[in-house]
Amino acid sequence: MHNANISELRAALASRKISSVELTRMFLDRIGAANGSLNAFITVDAGKSLSQAKAADARIARGEAGRLTGIPIAHKDIFCARDWLTTCGSRMLANFVSPYDAHVIGRFNDAGCVILGKTNMDEFAMGSSNETSYFGSVRNPWDLECVPGGSSGGSAAAVAARLAPAATGTDTGGSIRQPAALTGITGIKPTYGRVSRYGMIAFASSLDQGGIMTRSAEDAALLLAEMVGHDARDSTCVDMPAEDYTLRLREPWTKGGSGARPLEGLRIGLPREHFGEGLSGDVHAAVRAALVEMEKLGATLVDIDLKNSALSVPAYYVIAPAEASSNLSRFDGVRYGYRAPEYTDLSDMYCKTRAQGFGAEVKRRILIGAYVLSHGYYDAYYLQAQRIRRLVARDFETAFESCDLIAGPTSPTVAFKLGAKAADPVQMYLNDIYTIPANLAGLPGMSIPCGFGQGGLPVGLHLVGNYYKEGDMLSAAHHFQTATDWHLKAPVQ
Amino acid sequence: MPLTPDEVRRVAMLARIELSEPEIATAQAQLNSIFSLIETLQATDTKGVTPMSHAGDLVARLREDRVTEIDQRDRFQSVAPQVERGLYLVPRVIE
Repeated sequence: MHNANISELRAALASRKISSVELTRMFLDRIGAANGSLNAFITVDAGKSLSQAKAADARIARGEAGRLTGIPIAHKDIFCARDWLTTCGSRMLANFVSPYDAHVIGRFNDAGCVILGKTNMDEFAMGSSNETSYFGSVRNPWDLECVPGGSSGGSAAAVAARLAPAATGTDTGGSIRQPAALTGITGIKPTYGRVSRYGMIAFASSLDQGGIMTRSAEDAALLLAEMVGHDARDSTCVDMPAEDYTLRLREPWTKGGSGARPLEGLRIGLPREHFGEGLSGDVHAAVRAALVEMEKLGATLVDIDLKNSALSVPAYYVIAPAEASSNLSRFDGVRYGYRAPEYTDLSDMYCKTRAQGFGAEVKRRILIGAYVLSHGYYDAYYLQAQRIRRLVARDFETAFESCDLIAGPTSPTVAFKLGAKAADPVQMYLNDIYTIPANLAGLPGMSIPCGFGQGGLPVGLHLVGNYYKEGDMLSAAHHFQTATDWHLKAPVQ
Repeated sequence: MPLTPDEVRRVAMLARIELSEPEIATAQAQLNSIFSLIETLQATDTKGVTPMSHAGDLVARLREDRVTEIDQRDRFQSVAPQVERGLYLVPRVIE
């Protein structure tokens, strides 16, 4: 049952083969057995989960079930959930019990989903390996010596190890897609503004976007449909009705497409810059093989240029820290969160609270941000980075004139060993070289499993769509997953 | 242009983060390595390019001016480090 997809779970719940309480208990047992070695969850609260499951069962019995009623899912600990500890992976919020629900949590609760627990993450979502969490590193279920990627590493590990059918994530520079790639699961970051950020603890507000991590595009379509749509509480949330991505999932790309060639008419752009130096051979080979499969399914491959791609990383490491330094100024030891036990005056209280409450990577990024925004450097760094951001977005605009989707590797390598890059921030930052451009432009992106590389570790295929074309990406991914079985491979427990 | 220890101290003060002397040295080295990556931005000619502050060109929405929040002071203050009679307590700032 833990390998069943969400449609199968729905059917089992509807036919009373299993109750939500039984299903929830099964996943809680799996978490209990595996979390000691994976450290994927920060908080598990069986009492709360089971009472939600009981309510879901009652709703099913009354015949009032929606299509997600009774389905347990895990949430990244960046989403505020009422009466749940919500830490954001930080000592700063280690005792923060949220007084309210994030929009995404509220949507899933209203749909009748069960919260299975809160997943581990890089502190304030700053990291690509889940090693910056105050609550310890998460381990990759494919190899416990390796990282699961980050920052949504706990959600990725939980879904990959079948501890949860799905988990929410957030993506500022690749934090859904990179861990999805490194753990062999499906992860989608929708267009910026498509999912409300209300109650999602802010890192870099012009880039942050919530999304979903699942075992298949089909499950992602079902869950993402529940998350999108307008919410007035997030001023950057797009005023556009929700879209049910499941409706056209199985449709061929164009009317002319047949059963064997459902992607006939689809033009896939391959950015030259994403297949060059820095891409490891094993990942390259798996991605190429996936592209051959896409061709077999009817797609046409075209070369494209994203010539400012390489500048995305430095531009990102100006923009994201600048926004973070501003967003994280709210953690001052006054209204919520950690406060240093000893201090001399107000300023000393701020300085000690923040020195003790934040970890090394968060402090580093706040310092970068404060520096690039400070007098005399604003034009040279911040404005220049924003101009580069425009160039990156224009590259995509041009590329989408000759293709419908863009594909490439999600990450330059398979999962690396714990500690391998922890001492060198710049090496760590370069992990996100293929994912960051989509965040800068605000485009939707996803990663789907497409094979295995060195050490038998999963490789992810990265897809980027045009604005609001989540449905296109999910449909192409679903056709790929109908023809292949990479997404069905699970790590040995 | 490498940051000096004094610049690191100044930035840490702006960010209200206390750093010990050894931490300043570590931060200096790491920030300089990050800034050598960031410096690569300077080589690109961006004359005439409008800075992009946000994905999509957002228009600020207005809403009707009415009360939408209910009073939840006790609930919100239950997670505060120190409160007294409904007020947040901080060290004395005015003698």
